[in-house]
Amino acid sequence: MLKYIVRRLILLIPILFGLSIFIIVLVHALPGDPCSSILGEHTSPDRLAACRHGLGLDKPLYQQYFDYMAGVFRGDLGTSATNRVSVVTSFLTRFPATIELSLAAMVVAIGVGVPLGIAAAKRQGSVFDNFATVASLIGISIPIFFLGLLLAYVFGVWLHWLPTLGRVNLRIYDFSHAGTNFLLWESLVINHNIPEFIDVVSHLILPAIALGTIPLAVVARITRSAVLEVLNEDYVRTARAKGLTSGRIDRRHVLRNAMLPIATVIGLQTGLLLGGAVLTETIFSWGGVGSWLFQAAVDKDFVVIQSGTLILATIFVLVNLTVDISYAYLNPRIRYS
Amino acid sequence: MSEPGVPPPEDVLLEVRGLRTEFRVLDGIVPAVDGVDFSLRRGETLGLVGESGSGKSVTSLSIMRLIERPGAIVGGEIWFEGRDLLKLSEGDMEDIRGNEITMIFQEPMTSLNPVFTVGEQIAESVRLHRHASKKDAWDRAIEMLKLVGIPSPERRVKQYPHEMSGGMRQRVVIAMALACDPKLIIADEPTTALDVTIQAQILELMKRIQAESGAAMLLITHDLAVVAETVQRIAVMYAGKIVESGAVEETLLHPQHPYTEGLLTSIPSRVARGQRLNVIKGTVPNPFRLPKGCKFEPRCPYSFEPCKDNDPPLESIGNDRKVRCWLHGLPEHALPVTVAAGTTPGGAS
Repeated sequence: MLKYIVRRLILLIPILFGLSIFIIVLVHALPGDPCSSILGEHTSPDRLAACRHGLGLDKPLYQQYFDYMAGVFRGDLGTSATNRVSVVTSFLTRFPATIELSLAAMVVAIGVGVPLGIAAAKRQGSVFDNFATVASLIGISIPIFFLGLLLAYVFGVWLHWLPTLGRVNLRIYDFSHAGTNFLLWESLVINHNIPEFIDVVSHLILPAIALGTIPLAVVARITRSAVLEVLNEDYVRTARAKGLTSGRIDRRHVLRNAMLPIATVIGLQTGLLLGGAVLTETIFSWGGVGSWLFQAAVDKDFVVIQSGTLILATIFVLVNLTVDISYAYLNPRIRYS
Repeated sequence: MSEPGVPPPEDVLLEVRGLRTEFRVLDGIVPAVDGVDFSLRRGETLGLVGESGSGKSVTSLSIMRLIERPGAIVGGEIWFEGRDLLKLSEGDMEDIRGNEITMIFQEPMTSLNPVFTVGEQIAESVRLHRHASKKDAWDRAIEMLKLVGIPSPERRVKQYPHEMSGGMRQRVVIAMALACDPKLIIADEPTTALDVTIQAQILELMKRIQAESGAAMLLITHDLAVVAETVQRIAVMYAGKIVESGAVEETLLHPQHPYTEGLLTSIPSRVARGQRLNVIKGTVPNPFRLPKGCKFEPRCPYSFEPCKDNDPPLESIGNDRKVRCWLHGLPEHALPVTVAAGTTPGGAS
């Protein structure tokens, strides 16, 4: 098992190498560079040249790549050209926001998607099943910006039930004792401040629903088909012949086997969400990595785009590795050697 | 057989009366089991024989009340231990399944759950029905593995199904079926999926265990050789009905139904070398367009007038034997000349 994990981690190296080359080429193919963003359109060619020289942008592309990678190997992921903050610092302040949002979205997706998929599979061909199928099709197809704005309008502007901007209400949440930026954790476990916790949760609900809708639909569909497949297996009939109640059969024999494809999808979706949800974070002014990378792309902040993408790719691979490891627990036929 | 609604006598463990199970599909209704009657005394072994699609497996699943949509039991009575199973609640039925009546399935490769150890799967029903502690149930699992002849059961009990061979898995399935000391074991083609050498071992094991435990056994198979070696009585099914039943030796040596005779003469070892194997002409009837009269009539070499329009009843012909055929139901003068002359199945002896 340990050998397997180590092998997978070693495999990460060529992936990241390939990715770094791909990104640097892609980034430099963009029109413009950080200097033209920082200095604006009406600047002199001299100042532009000086800025480019200062950032090393006047060197040939391969030279820039080697300089950048040399930094990465020393553990230096670089500094933003626009605000001179190190990429790692920016990432660490913003990533907790993305983690909280992603996990909340996955709670919505799993909490609703799995039971919905099971219920649909158990009533295959019924009105409920058809309703669930259509609903999940809509869930997959609906554009996030539309759903996000709709939710914000209905529940925020119209009904005034929930806040629609940011992570907290600054009149309620006291940032003076903030540290980790995991606001749910901080308010509940560290500060035991229930009003703060409720405030954080209420800010989280709408973005989590908006972001969780696509994973929810995907999880529901996979759950339905996985459960249907397992329900037709001989060992489910064996379990019934043993006199087990149908609830126990579903929980123990069916779900445990159906979990394999479901876990794969949950892992992939979580990995995707952790990569930052640009649209959701922008609509709800959520200060996570999605809006950060989006801003970096707008500013042509090369180093931030490169390093940010590398970090997220690493996280994505690690999440998938976690899923693969969980297989060994879920399915004894795959015990890695 | 007793009157409807009246339980059978004490020595009868299982009595199936007029069982009808249908499958409602898009193209119509398939009467998979169409009025099946048989009974099984305590400790007795009965072989239910027939081709694929004759309704044997559906009969066994009906007894367990494991018929799933689009299938449904639409009529009849199933008396077990003085109770009509078809009248029990699902909860009462769950108490009987895996406890008093257990099943051994055909496919040892797929009838065990791949994500649990064999020990967990055997212990599960012991814990459920015997309310045993985890430890006791686990010990029982080891004991059962030993009973079905699995070497080093303490090690094997912790293994997963994929770590075992087909024969080994079928032993586990048998161990599972025996763990709660059932009164009736239904074995649905228990050896069909196994190699011939393993088949013999498993049959031997089942015979031994049946004799030791005193449980009654309903053995479902298409293999007459298996039946001949294993059971005391036999019932032959065709197109959802029992066409002949009786003591196994009697029935196989002197079949009274043309279908049973056809089955026997199509076994290679019974035919002399160089001689052509007998084939029952035609195929099993389309379940949507069953013949109006006797279901076997279109394929029957002895068919005559009454067979086309009237389905014969299952008649007792003495000596605990029953047969569903007009050759035995009509008076001598009504029979066709060839039949009266002594060419009926079994030589009309």
